[in-house]
Amino acid sequence: MRVRAFFSSALTALWLAALATATAPFAHAADIPDPAADAKAFRDYFVKKFPKLKLDEFVNGPYSMDEDMRRQWEEKEQFPPYEFALEAGKEMFSTPFKNGKSYADCFANGGIGVRQDYPAFDVKEGKVITLELALNRCREANGEAPYSYVKDEMASLTAYMAFTSRGKPFDIKIPDDPRAREAYQEGKRYFYTRRGQLNFSCATCHVQSPGERIRAEILAPGLGILNAMPIYRSEWSGMGTISRRFTTCNSQIRGVPLEPQSDEYRNLEYYLSYMSNGLPISGPGARP
Amino acid sequence: MASTIRVRAISSGDITEVQALIQHPMDSGYVKDAQGQAIPPHFIQQLTFEYDGKAVLVADWGPAVSKDPYVKFSFKGAKKGDELKVSWVDNTGSSDATTAKIQ
Amino acid sequence: MTTRDFSHLRRLILKGTGFVVLIGLGQIGVGATTARAATDKYPEDAFRQKTDAEAIKALYGKSADASDQIKLDTPEIAENGGVVPISVTTTLPGVTSISFLVSENPNALAASYLIPEGTVPSVANRLKMAKTSNVIAIVEANGKLYSATKEVKVTVGGCGG
Repeated sequence: MRVRAFFSSALTALWLAALATATAPFAHAADIPDPAADAKAFRDYFVKKFPKLKLDEFVNGPYSMDEDMRRQWEEKEQFPPYEFALEAGKEMFSTPFKNGKSYADCFANGGIGVRQDYPAFDVKEGKVITLELALNRCREANGEAPYSYVKDEMASLTAYMAFTSRGKPFDIKIPDDPRAREAYQEGKRYFYTRRGQLNFSCATCHVQSPGERIRAEILAPGLGILNAMPIYRSEWSGMGTISRRFTTCNSQIRGVPLEPQSDEYRNLEYYLSYMSNGLPISGPGARP
Repeated sequence: MASTIRVRAISSGDITEVQALIQHPMDSGYVKDAQGQAIPPHFIQQLTFEYDGKAVLVADWGPAVSKDPYVKFSFKGAKKGDELKVSWVDNTGSSDATTAKIQ
Repeated sequence: MTTRDFSHLRRLILKGTGFVVLIGLGQIGVGATTARAATDKYPEDAFRQKTDAEAIKALYGKSADASDQIKLDTPEIAENGGVVPISVTTTLPGVTSISFLVSENPNALAASYLIPEGTVPSVANRLKMAKTSNVIAIVEANGKLYSATKEVKVTVGGCGG
């Protein structure tokens, strides 16, 4: 099958690239993780695969891969479909809770221009905290009911927070803590593990076949893939968060989706975001 | 209730470029919901842009115009600070209107 | 409701006879019934037609000639049939209306724009396309009809969508 042939050749390429940088990502799996080396290998792989593409362009997903799609996207960006969600998010963010406090009280810098720091590893709790999780925790800490993780209010709020960070490079930190390194490794493992009836891993599409078509859609490169979140997807005729995309992706490969914000998803987001350190936040975004 | 109409009108010399994005489902009546029931048609039929009491564009729309419809056009004779009135009416008789300042 | 009546009436109004026609909002500017019918009546009948030929006939009462003075901008493959950015611009003089049709849609007429004098004959909008189809732009100029056609491919989204 072509897919397997591509997988092995792409995997070979990735290994060769990794070896070239004197690191074998999988050889070290049982040893101490080296996220910095992984990120460099990840970035180098994509830059080599698309030599004409400027590094920052990768955040535009399929639009960096196809000219016809890019023009449609640029035309819609003049007055983008996420405009209403963004406005709603700004209003929600500035509206105080019943107890008089607001979202600003839960975040550094009042929550403005901080999106690029998420996910972050909470050393007290020993877990990865994503932006979506932080927002719901903020609500619950202030006597408000949590929002669904996949769309509506959560999408609007994260749209606004992403917007205030537009242009800022992803700055994910992995503290010197074995639990943080393990969370990172778990995320990486998830990314490269095949699952579902279609037996695809995230890498099958987003590392092996970026720019190619799966049925009629053009696949986005894994590098920069979360930078545009949350997104207005034409397919959804509406907004969706990272949680929404992870769960629907699992369904689409005919796997069982996990609960939004489950450990696996948060670790996956941690790994993926770290891989895109240095690339600018472009959210909220629009996608097919 | 906040307006459903977002307008950007920018003048450059004698020409004013207008872009409008309107929050509206533009349901065609052909789509079924999760229960298999057809979602009834609900779409803007007429959208009007007026400057100085005269129409500068009248859009007659059917359900084939996309959800959260968008339109862009340009007209002559206005200047920065002038007002542009935008209004729509849909097939259920609902309507909305707003006035925007030309930038 | 012929184009000729419409043009004449519009010119009358736009030359500042002091009437304000509030279009579609139930207010009649000029006393005669031709005012609303000609200028602001929503072309319900045209929107009900199935084919593009029937819709053009219902809307304008005539047929169109292909023109290379119309620039119809469409994608080659629509990212999603629900939101296809389509625009038209023309160098034809005396434009009074621009219409968009999608041949394979259940009802071909998608949108029709009245272009008063002083408005640039260029419109960009976002339309729904049920499937791969011809998109037809009709430009009414100086009482005549012109057209431009482009095929846009529409595919089902991949990834289980």
